[in-house]
Amino acid sequence: MSAREDVLGAVRAALGRGPRGGRADAVGAGDVPRGYRVATDTASGSVAACDLLEHRLLDYRARVTRCRPEEVAATVVRELAGAASVAVPHGLPEAWADAVRATGATVRDDVPGRPLAAAELDRTDAVVTGCRVAVADTGTIVLDAGPGQGRRVLTLVPDRHVCVVRSDQVVGSVPEAVRLLEAHPERPLTWISGPSATSDIELVRVEGVHGPRDLRVVLVGP
Amino acid sequence: MPAVPPKPAAEPLDPLRWGPTFPEAARGTLDDAQLRTNLRRATRTIRDKRLAVTAELPDWEALRDAGAAIKADAMDRLPELLEQLEANVTAHGGTVHWARDAAEANRIVTGLVRAAGAREVVKVKSMATQEIGLNEHLEAEGITAHETDLAELIVQLAGDRPSHILVPAIHRNRDEIRDVFRSQMPGVPDRLTNEPAALAMAAREHLRALFLRADVAISGANLAIAETGTVAVVESEGNGRMCLTLPRTLVTVMGIEKVLPTFRDLEVFLQLLPRSSTGERMNPYTTTWTGVTPGDGPQEFHLVLLDNGRTRALADDVGRQALHCIRCSACLNVCPVYERTGGHAYGSVYPGPIGAILTPQLLGLDDADAATASLPFASTLCGACYDACPVKIDIPTALVHLRDRALHDGGPRRPTAAGAAMGAAAVVLSSGRRFRWALRGAALAGRLLGGRRVRRLPWPGSLWTASRDLPALPARSFRGAWAARVARVSRATRDTPAAPDGRDPRSGERSPGTDGRGRP
Ligand code: SF4
Repeated sequence: MSAREDVLGAVRAALGRGPRGGRADAVGAGDVPRGYRVATDTASGSVAACDLLEHRLLDYRARVTRCRPEEVAATVVRELAGAASVAVPHGLPEAWADAVRATGATVRDDVPGRPLAAAELDRTDAVVTGCRVAVADTGTIVLDAGPGQGRRVLTLVPDRHVCVVRSDQVVGSVPEAVRLLEAHPERPLTWISGPSATSDIELVRVEGVHGPRDLRVVLVGP
Repeated sequence: MPAVPPKPAAEPLDPLRWGPTFPEAARGTLDDAQLRTNLRRATRTIRDKRLAVTAELPDWEALRDAGAAIKADAMDRLPELLEQLEANVTAHGGTVHWARDAAEANRIVTGLVRAAGAREVVKVKSMATQEIGLNEHLEAEGITAHETDLAELIVQLAGDRPSHILVPAIHRNRDEIRDVFRSQMPGVPDRLTNEPAALAMAAREHLRALFLRADVAISGANLAIAETGTVAVVESEGNGRMCLTLPRTLVTVMGIEKVLPTFRDLEVFLQLLPRSSTGERMNPYTTTWTGVTPGDGPQEFHLVLLDNGRTRALADDVGRQALHCIRCSACLNVCPVYERTGGHAYGSVYPGPIGAILTPQLLGLDDADAATASLPFASTLCGACYDACPVKIDIPTALVHLRDRALHDGGPRRPTAAGAAMGAAAVVLSSGRRFRWALRGAALAGRLLGGRRVRRLPWPGSLWTASRDLPALPARSFRGAWAARVARVSRATRDTPAAPDGRDPRSGERSPGTDGRGRP
């Protein structure tokens, strides 16, 4: 018998079912009590939600800059100060990319069919992206590899990640974020809460082991 | 502090259970003052952080209820969910493999690494691959497996064994780690200091080269969603992301009990896990992927579904809940026995309270040797683990149940098992101080039993409970009441200091009239 049949057979036997037995009483996910909060007091997109997000991110020692919609490009450029090379994902708003180019930094475009190699990214100082959703409660930013967010490796290898979060992308709670993300569960998701960190040595927190050591969030106000 | 490296734990024949019985091993580790100091500091720090962030959520108890119910439901429907998971992973370009036991899983993984033409792999910290001894197996097959989690790297370079699920090098301090790096890590600077930041940066340099050249990565999984075929890894350092993103081929080894029904269940476990485990609102990184995504991440994905004793545990109606465990390690950090003996005394990749109920079940109690059968006795039944567990695993009840099984299903080895088992309690409880520790939980134990009567006790208590119930524990022990009384009197008179060294003010040793396990 194949390992598959053996394991499934053993599972059925352990549950007291016949060798091919299905469930007699179809208990469904509906039986799970979900009394926890889905929405929180902080309404999505509100100033309160943005304030809470900023507070949480600062707690993780990320850097947060607030700006108005018309100031995004200039703010991104400021957050890139000192970076000689910048990776730009496919689908990033042209205005931002152009502003970065205007600074004289080397811009490395990651385009379908001509992806940047990991070794190249290792020699790149920073990356600019947008995001899919952000969770105020936990200070989490979620990227789903959609336009302007890049392949997963883009926000991983360069040491500085400048991430633009619009206030209308900020939700209060984890369940609210999952409600949005479940429309495309097949997309690879990266949940980011602050810069890379470890506490493995005497529980002393050290930022930046392998992921970006420097997370800068540009929070675009309502 | 002198930097005398602790003795590495012995290379195990079976990562699930090695070494002597718990009481024998505990005798050794109880004498290691350095180990106890490191452990006490660490477990207390995490404990306090966890309490602070769980208190932040008004719906924490509702989340625990949901987590417990989702897990129970998943176990009930395990065959259907596994088939659904397999279908969805396959539909998204992944390949699913099934492994009856450790040897089979190791064979599968080795074959996959060979097929990818690789001689070395990078690894994300994973309990499942530790459980099957994958690194050692790969080594024997001429494949080098590099652990990339900082703590795992420390343990691997030191030739040691992990002693904690979450912080495997919790038993080592910064001086010890610096010495290990200096002697074992190629190209490490001579003047490397013992600063955690400096040590972490040395590891970064060392590992980045490996990440960039690796063709194959091996990971575990924190959970997988049947409904969508999505797999998730929760981590802090970014080494997980490196492994899950950079290599061409990804092999994930996952226990069959990790499957969850729906994508929505993510919202429960992504709240329960980080808060319970590191005491953070959210861990720095979580990655989810579904099969293969063209142009992004590994272009070949293999999911190995591992039994290795899990169906044995599933067959036990009471013990089954050990399979609900999400490996947060909160129960280790609150356990008075773990805090004093450390993880190595349990002689298994699964230490602490969860290890005491999971290990014997994975290996089977029926033909268990004394070493395995002693594990359910490595507890004071104080109930702190139950209170801490994010998915409400009733570890104390499972412990009592497994003690009973160890003593009654053990067959010809029963006398040995009984002797070892009694010894397990005796070691921790053999002095006034240790005993007082055990009693700290007496009030909790009272709550655990919920004022109900105890129907079944392990032998020799079973001789009593076979024919009658044992009354539930009083909220306060005699020793507790006595100490409080002495303190009251001494405050009132201000002349006799009350038990300054924590010993019983009267005898300084065990009080009579107890059975040595905290029961009056
Ligand atoms: S038994 Fe509960 S508390 Fe212990 S590691 Fe597992 S989930 Fe965490």
